[in-house]
Amino acid sequence: MSDNDQELDARGLNCPLPILRAKKTLNGMGAGALLKIIATDPGSVKDFQAFATQTGNELMSSSEENGEFHFLLKKGG
Amino acid sequence: MTDKSMTIIATKGTLDWAYPPFILSSTAAALGYNVTMFFTFYGLQLLKKDLNLSVSPLGNPGMPMPMSMDKWFPVLGTAIPGMQAMMTGMMKNTIKSKGVASVAELRDLCIEADVKMIGCQMTIDLFDLNQQDLIDEIDLGGAATYLDHAGGSDINLFI
Repeated sequence: MSDNDQELDARGLNCPLPILRAKKTLNGMGAGALLKIIATDPGSVKDFQAFATQTGNELMSSSEENGEFHFLLKKGG
Repeated sequence: MTDKSMTIIATKGTLDWAYPPFILSSTAAALGYNVTMFFTFYGLQLLKKDLNLSVSPLGNPGMPMPMSMDKWFPVLGTAIPGMQAMMTGMMKNTIKSKGVASVAELRDLCIEADVKMIGCQMTIDLFDLNQQDLIDEIDLGGAATYLDHAGGSDINLFI
């Protein structure tokens, strides 16, 4: 991870907070920087796909580990 | 980024019905939508500086009751004094424990994201509401003001 990259702990938060927190964090990041998000809301899997499609930020990966959901977003230009 | 827009007419002033308009508006704003919310009739309660919203089980058979209470209370039991306050307290606790944002938090997020909020002038006059009791970040307007926003909008919802 470069200095630009950030991590967001959205565990325990429910819809729509993981998306809103992610958006807020992305606002402070430069184009191309990576944001790793960890969430526990199962609805966030579909929601982050929809978020990426509509905002031009790329969803690089989406996976489940031990009941937690990991997302990697690349900030669009 | 999208350059879409959405408008919502918020007509209900209970704790449960405060959620759909604020959740959709804050999320749409995060997705880049221009959002306008129009608050009319009981929806104006959602603009009070001092949010004091309740939820009532009365006349609401779809509301899940904790601890199977719906089994021991007949329908009329939901009308007994104190029931509304008790259900409101229970729902607030559930909201908190499930990591769901408070209404005030979602409203603040909407304001932060430049969601435009319009209070219905006619309702304020009709119910003798005091504008001083409402948050400062709103404009007042009427049906024509709403339609001016809705006419060019991609999504228009009535909640």
